[in-house]
Amino acid sequence: MKNTDTLLIDLAPSKFGKKGVLWTSFLIVVIIIGAIAYVEELIEGQITTNMRDYALWGIYISNFVFFVATSFVGSVTVAVLRLTHNSWRTPIVRIAEIICVASIIMAGITIMIDMGRPDRLFYLFIYGRLQSPIIWDVIIIPTFMIVSILLLFFPLIPDFALLKEYFKEKKPTLSKWYGLLSLNWSGSKRQKKIQTKSIKIVAFMILPVGLILQTVDAWLFSTTYRVGWDSTNFAPYFITGAFVAGIGALVVVIFVVRKVYKLENYITNLHFDKLGKLLGLACLTYFYFNINEYLIPEFTAKKDEAAHLSLLFSGEYAPLFWLVLIGGLVIPIIIMFFKKGRKPLPMFIIGLVVVISSWWKRYLIVTPTLLHPFLPIQGVPESWHHYFPSLGEWLVTFATLAMALLIITLLIRYLPIIPIQRTADEQELLNSEKNSKS
Amino acid sequence: MENIKKNTRRKFLNNSLKVGIATAIGGIGLTKLVSKLNAKTANGSSEKIELMTTDGTLIQVDSSEVIPVEKTPSKYNSREGFANRKFVMVVDLAKCKNALKCQQACNKGHYITGDNAWLKVYKMQEDNDTAPYWMPTQCQHCDQPACVTVCPVDATFKRRDGIVLIDNERCIGCRFCMAACPYSTRVFNWSKPDQGEITLGVEYTPDYCGKPSVVGTVDKCDFCPHQIVKEELPFCVNACPNGVFYFGDKYEDTVTNGDETLRLSELLRKKDGYRLMEDLGTQPSVYYLPPVDRLVDFEKGLDNYNEFQSVAKPE
Repeated sequence: MKNTDTLLIDLAPSKFGKKGVLWTSFLIVVIIIGAIAYVEELIEGQITTNMRDYALWGIYISNFVFFVATSFVGSVTVAVLRLTHNSWRTPIVRIAEIICVASIIMAGITIMIDMGRPDRLFYLFIYGRLQSPIIWDVIIIPTFMIVSILLLFFPLIPDFALLKEYFKEKKPTLSKWYGLLSLNWSGSKRQKKIQTKSIKIVAFMILPVGLILQTVDAWLFSTTYRVGWDSTNFAPYFITGAFVAGIGALVVVIFVVRKVYKLENYITNLHFDKLGKLLGLACLTYFYFNINEYLIPEFTAKKDEAAHLSLLFSGEYAPLFWLVLIGGLVIPIIIMFFKKGRKPLPMFIIGLVVVISSWWKRYLIVTPTLLHPFLPIQGVPESWHHYFPSLGEWLVTFATLAMALLIITLLIRYLPIIPIQRTADEQELLNSEKNSKS
Repeated sequence: MENIKKNTRRKFLNNSLKVGIATAIGGIGLTKLVSKLNAKTANGSSEKIELMTTDGTLIQVDSSEVIPVEKTPSKYNSREGFANRKFVMVVDLAKCKNALKCQQACNKGHYITGDNAWLKVYKMQEDNDTAPYWMPTQCQHCDQPACVTVCPVDATFKRRDGIVLIDNERCIGCRFCMAACPYSTRVFNWSKPDQGEITLGVEYTPDYCGKPSVVGTVDKCDFCPHQIVKEELPFCVNACPNGVFYFGDKYEDTVTNGDETLRLSELLRKKDGYRLMEDLGTQPSVYYLPPVDRLVDFEKGLDNYNEFQSVAKPE
């Protein structure tokens, strides 16, 4: 019992410091500015964006794909590490689940922003037709959202009970909320059994549901005839890409949280080392699918494919393409091979680069393809031949990113970021093993 | 293989159905005719006229028995379209000089105010060594429309008469149909359409696209069902000074450009008709005749060609 007490002091949610308040208000300001830009878009129509009839999707869609990809971190860390019995995952799973929940919520919101008629959103439910890949998304995104929220919630229940006691005198209202969320957890054998079983079920579910989510996301593109999207490689390409984006985001958030909350005793170099290896693996598999996606069409070089690829390899998008591929994929792979590269600080920097590259990578998947239709682009204003997001689009996009970060920040503020009960149990187990040995 | 099997089976079903219906109708017709004829002989009526049956044999019928087929206008519904029709278009590339009258008429007729016309005349050249030509395109009204497949809310739909339309009151503006269409014929209303008073107070119907256009939804060529209803040809067909466009009904096997009426099957066979991107399997309703034996130089059309802005807006 003493064990949990010290853990509680270390890990119980605590008030924001000065920096925390500053950070949160910064995010809120960004969100408000974005909201204003979006309201303008609602009033004027999407003419405020730089999307036009050829570049008919823009950063709203690539940003959506990015959020969907990042949410995959929940499936990877929780389900994969669990299935492979990697016990080092304990201190990082909750952060992974938080990122997952925040990303999938934002994915749902972002896709609505792209709609020309958001007022008709409910048509998707009353007129929906199963043959459309968008309806597949309408089904899988809420499903994934529910499973990921449950995956966050179930393991939290014992911690909520602990926090209820912990805050009983200090903050009665907060304690009440924790009590409500703890669902009368007493830690009895029966409750524990139900909880373990529930966690097991959702942890198993998140893997197939996550895989389907990424696949459907890829199919949104590959069910069209467009050059650059019409690829059988697309689903695994997206899954591995999501693997990279998710782990990258996880590394970044973990580093920041560890620094701010001084959790060096809980999240150690070992965790970064392990995550580094995982990131290296992710980048390697994604690199493999990139080769399939770009090199093989280049080999046969059908006219349309060749035009598309030359735009990426040496054309308008070449600087971005190579930056993203080398900076966001090749260099991380090389660095992750070295033990020194898997130390916290280099990992943080690489993680940041990987996340930013992942974002731009989605931009490169969405935009260039649309500027290469089968019939030549003719009879439209010059500006329609190119696409770069307008100020309004950037503001809205930044707001969605800020919203994701705000959700993460608030969840970190009010939830124990490291599972208290579980850590205590594991430590107890370790101690008892030690005792039995001596 | 699977496909072929399916197709042959479908064909068989189709054919046997037709044969069945034909015999049934024929049977009813014959018995009626016989009974009538008997009645006539009893009455001892006068004049006979000669008629040709569908298989080409001549028969004699009492003149008093000949009643003109009454055209009962079947109940028209803009989602279902006309019964027993299949509208097609033939575009003769050999005649196109990029006069752009088609586009102007279309823009005017559909109150198009955006920067992108629904009907475009492309300046095409497959290769440096091959001849350039002008190619008008509009919605191809595919029989396997990719846009309809991906539409999540059934806003864009395929009718039994072959026309693909958009319900702008249903469209949610996701633009998936635009991404799916390989012919780039779909146009989005990025801002509130500035159509003036002309479309004010008009009751919306999907079969008159652009009247009015709706912000945040997709527009495209509607094949002018609003003209067909009036027994008129689509705007572009009427406007073309060179007779490039032929419009008609595949079941009747006839197409017309206003000046001449031709057998569709014969025209396509004789002039090597083809469809755009046949290999995609979209099965368009628009056929093209290759640009051969042209009377006018390609260069003449360049006078009207403007790379950046081809939409001549109505005054």
